[in-house]
Amino acid sequence: MTNAFIALDYTDLALAALLILLNGGLSLWLGLGLERQLGVATLRMCVQLGLMGLVLKVLFDIVSPWLTLTAALVMVLFAGYEIRARQDTRLRGWWSYGLGAGAILFAGGLVAIFALTLLVQPDPWYHPRYVIPLLGMILGNAMTGIAVGLNNLTDRMRRERSAIETMLALGETRVAAFRPAMRAAVRAGLIPIVNSMSAAGIVFLPGMMTGQILSGIDPVEAIKYQVMIMFLLAGGTGLGVVAAVQVAALLLSDNRQRLRLDRLAVD
Amino acid sequence: MLRIRGLTRPGLAPVDLDLADAEATALLGPSGAGKTLLLRAIADLDPNEGDLRLDDASRDSMPGPAWRRRVTYLAAEPGWWAVRAAEHFPDPAAGRALLPSLGLPEATMERRVAELSTGERHRLALARVLVQEPRTMLLDEPTSGLDQDTVKAVETVLRARVEAGLALLFSTHDEELARRLARRIVRIRAGRLLEAAA
Repeated sequence: MTNAFIALDYTDLALAALLILLNGGLSLWLGLGLERQLGVATLRMCVQLGLMGLVLKVLFDIVSPWLTLTAALVMVLFAGYEIRARQDTRLRGWWSYGLGAGAILFAGGLVAIFALTLLVQPDPWYHPRYVIPLLGMILGNAMTGIAVGLNNLTDRMRRERSAIETMLALGETRVAAFRPAMRAAVRAGLIPIVNSMSAAGIVFLPGMMTGQILSGIDPVEAIKYQVMIMFLLAGGTGLGVVAAVQVAALLLSDNRQRLRLDRLAVD
Repeated sequence: MLRIRGLTRPGLAPVDLDLADAEATALLGPSGAGKTLLLRAIADLDPNEGDLRLDDASRDSMPGPAWRRRVTYLAAEPGWWAVRAAEHFPDPAAGRALLPSLGLPEATMERRVAELSTGERHRLALARVLVQEPRTMLLDEPTSGLDQDTVKAVETVLRARVEAGLALLFSTHDEELARRLARRIVRIRAGRLLEAAA
């Protein structure tokens, strides 16, 4: 048995892409109307990952803290954009973007720096080979959690407006009146990562660990990495969701502790 | 005494109004005239401007929740945030004691809110405000959807509270109720307070 890494050639990728064609065929056969979306998503993924490959190659060759920081910021900015795009109801104005981007910058930055300086400790600590993949995984999960959490909060605030305003009218503080909606929103944001931790190793093998095993790393080492990554993902998602929901709740009230749904852009 | 000067918000022309202790004031006007806007603005539930003073204390001198505990608004369709009636009361025993006077059995407190009729929920919500004993109450159509006997019960409870010192402002479409319960009637039309009759 060999531990050698098996490199793929482009014929392998083309063969794998047949599965996408199969999906397209199924969509046509079942009248799902998904062919166009599937095609665009496939193309986007190939182009985005291709570009990322080129960027990573340059970053790995140069190993500059400023270039790494720039790449990390670009990732954060796109994550913020993605969070905004996933909101059914957004805050008006700049906050529609700034809230998600700010929360993910705070949580992703903090957890990534913690991992790089205290856990993995690459030399130098800003080495892009570690910064970019770690940050990417943390941002990916935090982004989903924050988007779900914020969506849940604004949805609840609107649906439960009458209950919230009744509590406020009785003289409750906004903290007390918003608490049920905030709790539910944070729970909704955290459930995907909690489920993911519960199912890891039994229902599915996480991608990073699978990648390491495929590249010839000892499975025990790969699992140790994966466990650390899961902790980082849970930490980043938790911090991000709590920060985003807290700030959103503040933005949806004012200094007189009123509910300000007029700050949501409702079509 | 609640003294209101120049209270305004979008949809409401500046309002001057005094609500004296131990006095009920009825607010009459067609649907959409601005009754709810005015009551909510007084309770500071929506952005508004104006000089409001409770005795000598300015509204701006106290946080929103402190103001709303003294000047409490009850919506025409109040909200609920828990399953059972009792869970909405900081002191369920106090609420339970109040229910018979509003024509509700004490056991209502143990029932699920979703199982109560509109009229029962309405009176339960009123009890929830009454147990807090606010200085001023702003009631939005407190008797809408109630039968005659229940209206009388609610009226009796409110009258007793007013006699004990409460300043009450309530909106209604029921001119008879306004005449029976209120010492003053004010009318509102198109967001403008029209008259204040004795």
